[in-house]
This record gives sequence, structure tokens and C-alpha cells, in this order.
Amino acid sequence: MNRLYSSLMRVALVAAVAAGSVSAQAQVEIQWWHSMGGALGEKLNSLATQFNESQKEYKIVPTYKGQYPESLTAAIAAFRAGNAPHLLQVFEVGTATMMAAKGAVVPVATVMKNAKEPFDPKAYLPAVSGYYTDMQGNMLSFPFNSSTVMFYINKDAFKKAGLDPNKAPRTWKELLAAAEKLKASGQECVYTTSWPSWMHIENFSAWHNVPIGTKQNGMGGLDTVFTINSPLHVRHITMLADMSKKGLFTYAGRTNQGDAKFSSGECAMFSGSAGAQAGIKKAAKFDWSINFIPYHDDVPGAPQNSIIGGASLWVMGGKGAAEYKGVAKFLAFLSQPEVQMDWHTSTGYVPITQAAYDLTRKSGFYDKNPGADMPVKQLTNKPPTANSKGLRFGNFVQGRTVIEEELENAFSGKKEPKAALDDAVRRGNEILRQFEAANK
Amino acid sequence: MEKRVVFRSAWLPYALVAPQIAITVIFFFWPAAQAVWYSFQLQDAFGLKTQFVGLQNFFHLFNDPLYLDSFRITAIFSILVAGGGIAIALLLAVMADRVVHAAVGYKTLLIWPYAVAPAIAGVLYSFLFAPSIGIVTYVLKGLGIDWNWIINGRQAMLLVVMAAVWNQISYNFLFFLAGLQSIPKSLLEAAAIDGAGPGRRFWTIVFPLLSPTTFFLLVVNIVFAFFGTFGIIDATTQGGPGTSTLILVYKVYHDGVKAADLGGSSAQSVILMFIVIVLTVMQFRFVERKVNY
Repeated sequence: MNRLYSSLMRVALVAAVAAGSVSAQAQVEIQWWHSMGGALGEKLNSLATQFNESQKEYKIVPTYKGQYPESLTAAIAAFRAGNAPHLLQVFEVGTATMMAAKGAVVPVATVMKNAKEPFDPKAYLPAVSGYYTDMQGNMLSFPFNSSTVMFYINKDAFKKAGLDPNKAPRTWKELLAAAEKLKASGQECVYTTSWPSWMHIENFSAWHNVPIGTKQNGMGGLDTVFTINSPLHVRHITMLADMSKKGLFTYAGRTNQGDAKFSSGECAMFSGSAGAQAGIKKAAKFDWSINFIPYHDDVPGAPQNSIIGGASLWVMGGKGAAEYKGVAKFLAFLSQPEVQMDWHTSTGYVPITQAAYDLTRKSGFYDKNPGADMPVKQLTNKPPTANSKGLRFGNFVQGRTVIEEELENAFSGKKEPKAALDDAVRRGNEILRQFEAANK
Repeated sequence: MEKRVVFRSAWLPYALVAPQIAITVIFFFWPAAQAVWYSFQLQDAFGLKTQFVGLQNFFHLFNDPLYLDSFRITAIFSILVAGGGIAIALLLAVMADRVVHAAVGYKTLLIWPYAVAPAIAGVLYSFLFAPSIGIVTYVLKGLGIDWNWIINGRQAMLLVVMAAVWNQISYNFLFFLAGLQSIPKSLLEAAAIDGAGPGRRFWTIVFPLLSPTTFFLLVVNIVFAFFGTFGIIDATTQGGPGTSTLILVYKVYHDGVKAADLGGSSAQSVILMFIVIVLTVMQFRFVERKVNY
């Protein structure tokens, strides 16, 4: 017993000394949970290292916590247990959930103001910052990795079908005509898409300047309802369902399964994330081009601008002033044009500030990599309207699943497109009411 | 005369069962009780605001035609998985029991798939049957079958049933084989002398004597289909296309873990818990009576 006691004492003593030495150095650790795997994760780590080496007071500790839904779940559990990280990367569909969690998060604008770090929300591209800004104009989270949906074509397949490879279809009418020719030339999969709801409902609506939901796509209040069963939406989904029936559209799945179908050469045309470029560059054994997404040319005002996807950084609540100071310094570091340009050019995500965009253009990057600036051009095609600023729907993880389920029902012919979209609206609205009730 | 062993010490028997009780309470009763408690609540994701809403979560569920349809999907899925798994395993066990040469080798090979976790089984099957690059898809295409479970609900169901059955066959096989080996040879020989053919011997002697095993496996397989197949669904269809393979347990996971709707998800797990309790009681009450031990 005596021996145990004395060894316990020794352990306690060592611990106390160790704690003392740490506090003497007084480096503030800032936990950053993220969802960037593979090459993106390495790039992210190098950003943290760069910041850590630039000063001595703060240390950013990045931790990979799995894919977006997983890291959000992990952070929620950690928050409930009182161990939330300082910074959390949350995907765009989780924005409403984070925003409603007052007390769990601190708006980025507040963090920057309290730390007296320079911060100008106007420096950010409106299509990017609008997504993460509240109605009073306060930026709530820090846009980190943003992409948008683009339209890709296989130029070799176009040549083979007797089409001009340098004239990618700009409208859905042109796309249909090209699709018929591609099919006739023996192309087995003509058109496919990744992220069906993001592309064919969310971005489709913004691109045609029609609302996804009332109250400025949910940004103006929790009492929003979906409006995705409008005649234009029904017309578009009916067209896709018809294409599916005729073998002109091959459904690939709910996430990025379409990417591989395009880069392998199986499908000749494809809608997917701007972030898919890196993978296509690596895998494609054919000539391809990246283009604006098609639009219906008889819709007044189209094309408007597309909306972003990707993720932003949220500052979690309940931390000390010194820690927030470090967070603010790190976010200021991330907004520097040089850092932004490095992130943009090495990952394919869009630059989030006008300065970074200009700097990249001056550097000649876009001349060497034609098409790399298409995503920014599409996002800034016109100043965003209430319909094309972004969207903010509660529990949109569930909501998007509902939309995708109903789209599948339409594409497979199980339901009429109109009925499928009516059901998506009805079921989606139930989820919105549930969220409204839980966050009153 | 009553055979009974009585502990002399007053506390020893309790101390001996205490670890088991503790594990059951901490890992089974406590979470179950929490699920029941959460199912009466409406919470935001971070647990900042909690309201007691009584049975509202349950009303929501039963007013949702898709939730009711999920019962039908789960029933079809469970019957196919349990029925298919048991029938194929029984066939294989009867065959393996007859083999004389290299019997151990065959048996080991048949038991192997059980070492594969359901999630891995799901990944394997989704690769084999992948719509554009799968080997089996390629063969099916040669046979003129258009295989695309990404959009065809029936094929999706078939895929997850196949993966689940494949995963569960080994377990069933093991129990059937042990059951077969415990059937007295003398009974079968006597029947053979009386002129009963192999088929008749199987249905009148072997099958009834295997009924306790079959009954046990039925319970285990249905519980597996209800809960254990979660990994397979997650690795392949994730409930789609549409809601064609959205079984109850996957919806619990999606709503609770991915969508952070704790109240709704808890209400679903309480319903699921209730169903499994009822099923098990029913099986022991009614099916067991017909079983010859």
C-alpha cells in the first residue's frame, strides 16, 4: 500500500511539473476538425504548418474526422460532452443546423471584431459569402472550400459523333440534339450527373432565377416551404426522365459516382463539381472541356449565376478569449490572397476573395490552365438575386435525401415527375416544420 | 424429488451474476431507456433546446406513408434473408455431411464467409455487381440482362438480399452441420432397411430432428436481417433507389446519426425494439410448440 502511495505521489509530481512547463511556454492550441482526405488533407495540413511556423503564440492542430456528415456528428457529440473543437469544417447543407445552434457557435464576424483583426466581408465573392451571411449582413462562418457545379464534355466522343468538339452545348435544347447524335454514333452512356439534387434542383433553380423555397430560399426565416414543384422544375425533371427512358441519360447515384463514369470515357457529357477536374485530369485518356451548365433558353433571365457547394469553417462557442484571438489570427491568415491562390490553384476549389482571383489571373495560371476560371465566372455571371444567393433549409441532410429519393422515383419511371416533385415538397416541408418546432 | 443446488452464502450468488447484470444494464437497459426518453422529446441537433412533446414523434411516423411502407420493405427483406439463408445453408449442410473425402476442407471453405464483416460483404457485392465496371454485370450483359441496381429497385433489393444471405449462410451451415451430426445413425439405418429413400428419410427423420436448430436459426436470422444488415445497406444502396431498400434500421441510422434528428430516430428505434420483442415472444410461444426437442 505504501509503495503504491509513493508511486502515485511521484506521478502526480511529474504531472504537475509537466503542466507548469507547458504553461510557461503558453502556446495556445487550437483544435481544427475537418473532412479533407487524401491530397486535400495534405494541403490542409500544410496550411496549418505554414501558420504555426509563422508565429509562436498559437498552434493549429488539424484532425481528420471522416466525411462531412461524420465530422458534424462527431462535433455535435463532442459539444454535448463539453469538448467541442475550436474550428469545425461543416458542409453547406449543414449551414442551417449550425446557424440555429445559438450558443454552440460564435459568428465569424464577432470573433474577428473582438480580436480586432481586419475583416471586410465585402472582400469575398458575393456568391460565396452570401451563402454564409445572415439577413443583417453578418458573416456567420468562414468560407473555406467552395466549388460549384460544372458541365463537362468528352471532345473525342463529340468528334466521333460528327459534332464540333469546341462547341459544347449551351442550352438543354442543344444538349438534347447532341445527345441524339452521340447515341447514334454508338455512345452507350450519353449524359450523366453527380449530386442530382445539388445540380438539377438547387443549382438549376439558381441558374434560372427561380426559388427553391419561400423566404429567400429559407434565408429569411425558419417558416420557409419548398417550391421545387413549379412548372419549370416539373418540365426539367420530365425532360430528364424522358431522356432516361430513351437511353440518353444514365443515372449514376446520389453522390459523385458520375465522376468516374465520365473520366473513364463511359459517358460523353456530365454535370459534376468543379472539384472533379483534378480527378478527370488524372484519369481521362481523352480530350475534354469544362463549360457552363446548360439552361433552358426560353426562361427569362437565364442564365443567372450558379450557387456554391463545399464547406465553411464554424467557430464553436464556450472557449477562452486567448483561444478566440488565435482563431481570428488563423482566419486572417487564411484570407490572404497568396494563401487563397495557393489553395485555389492546388485544389481546384474557387478563390473566395476578389483579391485572390485577381492575383491568380495576373499570375497567368488561367492562361496555362484553360477552363480553371470557368467556375468563378459562372458563380459571378450576374449579381446574385434572392433566388441565387444560396439556400438555408433546416435539416437539409434529410431534405436532400428526400429530394434524391423522389428524383430516383421519377427517373426510374416509378412515379410521374409531377407526382414525385409534389411528394418531395410535401415530405420536405414536414422536415422543415419539424426543424422549425425544434428551434423555436 | 427436486434437484437443487443451494448456495450457503447469502451474497455469493449475487456477486457471481453481478458482472453479467452490470453489462446488461449498462449496455442494454440504459441505452434502451434513453431511447425511450428521447422518443418523447423534440431536440435541436446540439441539445441546446429540449421540449417534451409526448407522443408527437410517434404520430408523425405513423402519419408518414413512407414509414409504413418501410415496414413492408423490411418484412420482404427479412423473409427473403432468413428464408434464403436457412434453405441454402441446410442444403449445403446436408451435402457436406455426405462428403467423405476432404470433408474438413469443404467445411472450412463454407464457413469462411462468416469471417467477413457485413459492411465488407456489401462492398464486395457492390463491386461485383457495379453497374458499369462489375464483373457479374459484364456477364449479365452478355446474357442480355440490363443490370443497374442504382435505378432499378427490384435489382437493388436482390443485391442486398444476396449479400446478406451470403454473409449469413456460414453461420447457419455450422449449426445445421452440428445438428446433422448429432442425429443417431441407427435411426437412419433402420429407416433405410424399412425401404425409405433418401428424400423420405430426410423429411420424416432428419428435418423434424433438426427443428430445434431451424427454430433457433430462424430467430437469429430475423434479428440479423433486422439489425445486422445495416452495414450491407450502408455500403451498397443506402436505402435507394427511391426508398426501395430503406429498411427500418437504416432509417433509424440516417435520421439519427446523419440528420441529427434524435427524437424521430429514437421513436423509430423504440418501435423497432417493440417489434423485435413481439416477434421473439411470438416465435417462442407459437413456433416452439411445434418443435421436437
